[in-house]
Formats: sequence, C-alpha cells, structure tokens
Amino acid sequence: MWRDAVLVAGKDLRVEARSRVGINQVVPFALLVLVVFAFALDSDRGTLVSFGPGLFWVTVLFSGLLAVQRSFVIESDDDARDALRLSGLDGAGIFLGKAGAVAAQLLLLEVVLTLGVVVLYGVQLRGPVMLLLTCLAATIGLAAAGTLYGAIAAGLRVRDTLLPLLVLPVLAPVLLAAARACEAALAGAPAEGWPWVRLLFVFAIIYVTFGVVAFGPLLEEA
Amino acid sequence: MTISPSSASTSSRTVRILGWLTAISLALTAVMALVISPRDVNMGDSVRLLYLHVPTAWLAMYVSFGITTLASVLYLWKRTRSRFWDLTAGASAEIGVLFLGLTLLIGSIWGRITWGVWWTWDARLTTTAVLFVLYVGYLAVRKVPAAPEVQSRRAAIVAVAAFLDVPIVHFSVEWWRTLHQDATVLSDRRLLDPQIGGTMAWTLFLGVVAFTLLYCWLMAHRFRLAWLEDRLADRAMQVAIDERRAEAGVGAGGTKKAGVS
Repeated sequence: MWRDAVLVAGKDLRVEARSRVGINQVVPFALLVLVVFAFALDSDRGTLVSFGPGLFWVTVLFSGLLAVQRSFVIESDDDARDALRLSGLDGAGIFLGKAGAVAAQLLLLEVVLTLGVVVLYGVQLRGPVMLLLTCLAATIGLAAAGTLYGAIAAGLRVRDTLLPLLVLPVLAPVLLAAARACEAALAGAPAEGWPWVRLLFVFAIIYVTFGVVAFGPLLEEA
Repeated sequence: MTISPSSASTSSRTVRILGWLTAISLALTAVMALVISPRDVNMGDSVRLLYLHVPTAWLAMYVSFGITTLASVLYLWKRTRSRFWDLTAGASAEIGVLFLGLTLLIGSIWGRITWGVWWTWDARLTTTAVLFVLYVGYLAVRKVPAAPEVQSRRAAIVAVAAFLDVPIVHFSVEWWRTLHQDATVLSDRRLLDPQIGGTMAWTLFLGVVAFTLLYCWLMAHRFRLAWLEDRLADRAMQVAIDERRAEAGVGAGGTKKAGVS
C-alpha cells in the first residue's frame, strides 16, 4: 500500500512539476485572492491583520479545490483513470498517493501564502510550533476529504460545480478550526489553540481512514 | 420481478390507515398548539411556532438522516447490499432535507419575533445549516446520472462521509461560539427546560408523534415511487431490447433485412 502510494504521489507530483500549472496558475491565483481580499476589506492594516488567519485559510481552501480538480483532470485525460485501475495498484495506496500529492502542493502553497500574508497584510508570525502543526493537520484533512470527493466528482459533466458543493460544507470545521488555531498562535495564546489543533488531527485521521477504506470501491466504478 | 397488484394501485390499505392517522394527529396538534395550549409568559404567541419547529427538527435530523445513514451503511456492507437500502436512503434524505429546510425557516421566523434577528451564529443554528448543505450535496450526487450500481455506491459513500462530519461540525461550532461569545440565547436546555410543562409538553409530544407518523407515511409513498421508477427503467430497457429483437427477427424472416441487428 505504501509503495503504491509513493508511486502515485511521485507520478502526480511529476506531472504537476512538468505541466507547471500549479506554479503558473494556482500560486498566482492564491496570491491574487489575497490581494482581492485587501480590496474588499479596505486595506486598513488593522482589519487585515485581525482577519489574516481566516483569509489565509479561505484562500487555501479555494486553492485546495483547484488542486483536487487538477489531480483528477490528469486522470480523466487519455483515460488515465482506466490505466490506473488496470495497473493493479492498491486502491488505498492510490488514495494515499493522490491525497499526499495534493497535500504536498498545498503545503508549498501555504509557505508562499504565509509570505504573502506577512508582506501584504503585515501579520507578525508567532507560535511557530502551533502554526506548523495546524498547517500540517489541516492540510492532511483537506487533501484527504478533497481527494475522496474529487474521485466522486471526477469525470462527471457537472464536476466543476458539484465538487465545491460537496466539499465546502464538509471542510467547514477545518476552516473554522484552522483559522481559530492560527489566531490563537498569532495572539500568543496557545492554550486556546490546542483544542483546535487536536480537532484538526481528529478530522484528518477520520477522513484518511475513510478514504483508505472507501477509495477502492469508488475507483472501480464508471 | 413483477409488480404485485397491491403496489400497482396508488396505495395499500396499511398506508391509507397510516395516512388517516397522520392527518388526525396533525389536526389534533394544530388544535392543541393554536387553541388549547396557553401563551408563553416570555415568548407570547410565538411559542406556538415551536410546536412545529421542534418536531420538524427532530424528524429531519434524527429520524430522516439517521435512517439515511443506516441504509447507506447497510448498502455498503456486502451482505446486505440491495437496491432497497439505496432507495430507502434516498427517499429518507429527500424528506429530511425538506423538513430541515422547514425547521430553518420556522426557526428563522421565530428568531425574528423573539430576538429581533432572522439569523444568529449560534452553535445549534450553524450546525443545522451545515447539515442542511451537506445533505443538499448528497441529493445532488444522487441526481447525477450514472449506472444504477455506480450511482448507489457513490451516494452511499457520500452519505457516510457526510455523517462522519456531523459530530466534528457540531464540536467545532460549539467551541467556536463558547470561545467567542457569552452564553448563547438559544440553548436546548433553555428550550426544553422543565418550566415547559403540562399542556405545552403534551402538545410538543403530540407534535413529535404526528410528525413521526407523517414521516412514515411520506416514506411509504416516496419509497414506492422510487421503487416503481426503478422497475420502470428496467422494464423500458427490456421492452426496447425485445422490440429490437422482434425487428431483427422480422428482418431475417422476411425479404428485407432490418438495419438494426
């Protein structure tokens, strides 16, 4: 299972690296969203600093949707999905691989976005341990749930509209918890943040487990 | 798989009796809620909305979505996999979404009268709203055309994934509100505290019974409809195949060969 996961993740990341869609489009899109928020909220520094964590995670959420969609578009081109199914790789391995690749891309994006938030919004980073753990747990949860629903929506005519409808409500607690944890970390009040980080890990564990179990049957279809 | 005569009529005897029971208990609830039960000391007449609000919420969240989840799990489990569970899950979710929508609507009207706002980011309200959207998504997945097998499995997985999210949403929203706001205006304890006694409690109880009956009645009809649609799709396929075969048979027997093989 793990070997399959590494293979699939490697393949996805190589495809992404060579197509450069992530670098050329998703990252600029994410930064653009940060700028758009600044326009919408009036670039008064106080507002942006206090809303920073929330805006950061909304941006990650939307970019995550794009990443998940990309992850399945590369499978629907040239019937790669069938090839993947015929390859004899473990369903759970494929899930972990695809989710892992999405998570890796999102983590990279988060690094860029953090820089963006620091530079554009003037947020000062504090509580690095909690910030790191929050990013890690939230990203794993986001990637796992996203990949699961991505597989459901993949290849459908309505996938572009169906995916957000399915994923956003499911990820609502992740957005909430990640934003609150980051707020707590930045405010220097880690005691308030730890329950949120724990919740994020619980979410990640639940959806990774469910994905491992359910992905095989999902892939068999169509 | 033929349609039995009883299911070919619009309803069976049991369902008709159930329907009458539902109508009577709903009428009784209306009389109790609007006429017999007293005005609330604090809420005045707006308390009467709650006799509708609490039963619809109960019906939607616990009965409907509970059954959707159970049926979906039974569908996913190989031993009990059957079309029956898939259709049950779908029918139940449809009723649940309808009644959860009503719950939100009635609650909103009540909130406007009592608190002066249509909506507040109370933990309970937020959880309910997220739940509503989750199951709207589930229904959207059910509507996406696919082979029956595929569609059922997809829907069942979405239903289970949505259900897994419910406790997480609940806790996250609960903490969110308790960390950032003083005690909320509406909590279930305050709503159903022992102060509400006597006639009010009975009205509420009757409401819950009436709406449970309503659920059963709607389920019986919705499920039967879904089942017949299913049969119809099968039958249409069979008829089409038979027609093609007949054409081909005529073509082969006659002088001209039919274009369809």
